[in-house]
Amino acid sequence: MAFRSSSRRRWQFRQPSVIPGFGLALGVTLTWLILIVLIPISGLIWRSSGLGWSQFIQLTLDPRTVNALTISFGTAFIAAVVNLVFGVVLAWVLVRYRFPGKRVIDAMVDLPFALPTAVAGIALTTLYAPNGWIGSLLEPLGIKVAFTPAGIVVALVFVGLPFVVRTVQPIMEEIDKEVEEAAATLGANRFQTISRVLLPGLLPAGLTGFALAFARGVGEYGSVIFIAGNLPYVSEIAPLLIIIRLEEFNYAAATAIASVMLLLSFIMLLVINMIQAWSRGRYGNVA
Amino acid sequence: MEVRVQNIRKEFSRFPALEDVSLNIGSGELIALLGPSGSGKTTLLRLVAGLESPTEGTIFFGDQDASKKSVQERNIGFVFQHYALFRHMTVLDNVSFGLKVRPASRRPPAAEIRRRALDLLDLVQLSGLEKRYPAQLSGGQRQRVALARAMAVEPNVLLLDEPFGALDAQVRKELRKWLREIHDRTGHTTIFVTHDQEEALELADRVVVMSKGAIEQVGTPDEIYDHPVSPFVYGFIGQSNCLNVTLASGEIWFEDRPIGLRAANEPDGAATLYFRPHDVELIDGCGGCLAGLVTASRRVAGTRHLELDLGRGHPAIEIELPPERAASADHTRIAFRPTRWKLFRKAERPQAPSQSVDTQAHELVRVGA
Amino acid sequence: MSLDTGSASAALVRAATSETRLARSILIVVALGFVVLFLLLPLATVFIEALRKGPAEFVAALGDPETLSAILLTLTVAGIAVPLNLVFGVAAAWAIAKFEFKGKAFLTTLIDLPFSVSPVISGLVFVLLFGANSALGPILQSYGIKILFAVPGLVLATVFVTFPFVARELIPLMQEQGTSDEEAALSLGATGWQTFWHVTLPNIKWGLLYGVLLCNARAMGEFGAVSVVSGHIRGQTNTMPLQVEILYNEYNFVAAFAVAALLALLALLTLVLKTALELRYSDEIAASRRH
Repeated sequence: MAFRSSSRRRWQFRQPSVIPGFGLALGVTLTWLILIVLIPISGLIWRSSGLGWSQFIQLTLDPRTVNALTISFGTAFIAAVVNLVFGVVLAWVLVRYRFPGKRVIDAMVDLPFALPTAVAGIALTTLYAPNGWIGSLLEPLGIKVAFTPAGIVVALVFVGLPFVVRTVQPIMEEIDKEVEEAAATLGANRFQTISRVLLPGLLPAGLTGFALAFARGVGEYGSVIFIAGNLPYVSEIAPLLIIIRLEEFNYAAATAIASVMLLLSFIMLLVINMIQAWSRGRYGNVA
Repeated sequence: MEVRVQNIRKEFSRFPALEDVSLNIGSGELIALLGPSGSGKTTLLRLVAGLESPTEGTIFFGDQDASKKSVQERNIGFVFQHYALFRHMTVLDNVSFGLKVRPASRRPPAAEIRRRALDLLDLVQLSGLEKRYPAQLSGGQRQRVALARAMAVEPNVLLLDEPFGALDAQVRKELRKWLREIHDRTGHTTIFVTHDQEEALELADRVVVMSKGAIEQVGTPDEIYDHPVSPFVYGFIGQSNCLNVTLASGEIWFEDRPIGLRAANEPDGAATLYFRPHDVELIDGCGGCLAGLVTASRRVAGTRHLELDLGRGHPAIEIELPPERAASADHTRIAFRPTRWKLFRKAERPQAPSQSVDTQAHELVRVGA
Repeated sequence: MSLDTGSASAALVRAATSETRLARSILIVVALGFVVLFLLLPLATVFIEALRKGPAEFVAALGDPETLSAILLTLTVAGIAVPLNLVFGVAAAWAIAKFEFKGKAFLTTLIDLPFSVSPVISGLVFVLLFGANSALGPILQSYGIKILFAVPGLVLATVFVTFPFVARELIPLMQEQGTSDEEAALSLGATGWQTFWHVTLPNIKWGLLYGVLLCNARAMGEFGAVSVVSGHIRGQTNTMPLQVEILYNEYNFVAAFAVAALLALLALLTLVLKTALELRYSDEIAASRRH
């Protein structure tokens, strides 16, 4: 007995359990994780640290690189804003209203997850090209979408669309009817109830969805390259520049751009986690 | 403000939830709507609030027809069962919400709103917690925020739906006493819904007992407990015994003998006798009485509860006696007679009184000590 | 109107907790317009363009030997990558959901890592690892082992990008189910493997299928990562999405959209199965539908 109680106080890697297979399961997990993810990623970090500071800075401050990064982050940000607005409206319509075809629309929201990005890319390009269905409508208005940064935004809106809808939707479904009634009994009209009570409650989920869509948009390649036009300094995204540098066997430049992007996506990941921790601490729920 | 409910009927997709309910509530009264689940008490509360619309009937606030007003225009305070606090707002923002959403013409200045909200938080004893979020409060504290929020709009009437339902027993008792104090201090006309009779009897000026979408009885806690007007109220409020008896020329008979109780002016026939366990007297030597074998004896606080078998498949009778008088009665045959009682005619099943009006028609005058 | 107090007050109540009919209609039109513009039109375009010159052209385009080899290669790569991640996903979920140990939260974050990495970077890391100017590259080359610009590289890149799918579907599901079923089986004398096969697996089978479905859709459709490691050798290292790119860039639109239509059909099939699973087994699929 004395031995048991003292062993319990000792530092333990895992709590005792009668369930078998911990060693095997964790062993497989760690081996696979190290081989497939950690070694390759560390390889990238190691290679970029091998560049040395001055070379790294010089490579990342190359005007074409800076432009590509700016375009990637800028278009991803605009697309995420569009998705935040329309995603919340779409989620609201799907949760609150009944209309024919609702089931199908709800299922279709996941299309960007399921449709290969290259397929989306050529389809969007065909639609928005000056002779496409939508492009030919916009042409007379002087609006050019395909082969401009606007085209990149269109592709990223497509790719990021499910993120906001799917993070906000479950939170919306959980809204207690009593909360809306409470606002009404206190004299709030419908607009006040929505803008002051319901939407602020959806803020953490909306921000999480926004951050996910943004992060996805920054790294997106397949759907963008067809519609972007890929003009250096104008509509060339960072992932494409990595590939161009690789094809030039300029590994150092490719590594430097990749490191910057990797760093920024880790920051995004951190921000998402912070939003969730903040929301959990304050509102007692998970966004 | 006084509230008058006139001939309200409410159907939910053809299912009647309330049938011809009328009720007058005086200004400043504290009223309990008491009944089992499905009795329509919450529906009635929501109708007064304007969260439901009546199928028929009218609701007056003072001499104004409230039925023509939306919930926003009625200026009521509603405390929801699960509080429905706005979780992304601080306690202070929750309480000030009702004032902040007023149109600019009726909205007090920001400093005034803040002062009133802080005063209310002081009233509900939550000073110092105004910057907390609802998730950071205990159940009892959330309840009090909900009440302060409802009172902030200076409501015509304060409506509370099972206000203590989600709290544990200890907190519930404290808050009950405290709610009564607040009411006495602020004087709001208040209606609250509960299924807990103890809560209703202890807290309310008047209790409205409801069953199956109709009002069974309205009265002060004393009237409800001492003079129930229907078998339902008798059965629902407090403990009661019921016995099948027969009436013959003004005498009440149990089985084959009179039990020493007279009910004059009552036609002959079958009836049910109701009495409370503590409204009995023991009798030595039985000239006309009820008699039974003691099958169980339990001491409950200051009284002793005896369970009596009256034989021939009658339901067991429970009586309560002071312990010293019950001591000698253990495991013997004892004779007793109800001191306060009531007769209801056979037609009404005690568990399911079909209509309170019919019940009253057959009611007898109470006799006894 | 004013006499009809019943319905008038009913309208008052409705207005208190819902939007006006006009506001509803506007919101529905906006939402549906958005969906049509960004989802339905692109999808429709794929099939319309593929059939622009008639079904015969469509079939002929798919019968092209290079396209056939791309289809075969895609099936091969997914056929290897998905089972590997299935085994990994079950093992990871078992370790994370059924046990309490130090560093669990960190491990979960690491598993999600590939989701936050750009597909191009996912390919790049393998080029840096196995490429001609890396430490490993020349050694492997001297043994005649080809990884980049060959099937192993495609598999590695695909495994990397689809790494988290099965695990992240199973972990919340198995956490929710707890360990009492397994403990009951063990107390009745079952061995570890018996417990897994007869108790755990039946409990998670629909969630597992759901995860595999999503994993497979991504594996077959992956473009960026695969593009970096493939080398674009026609008829040899081109998967279906890469074949789409090549045909499109050659202005062979019908053929490009024909292959794209096959992939779109796969996506639609995935959505149908996914929706069917969600409708029927919603309680046996992890609540989080995020990816």
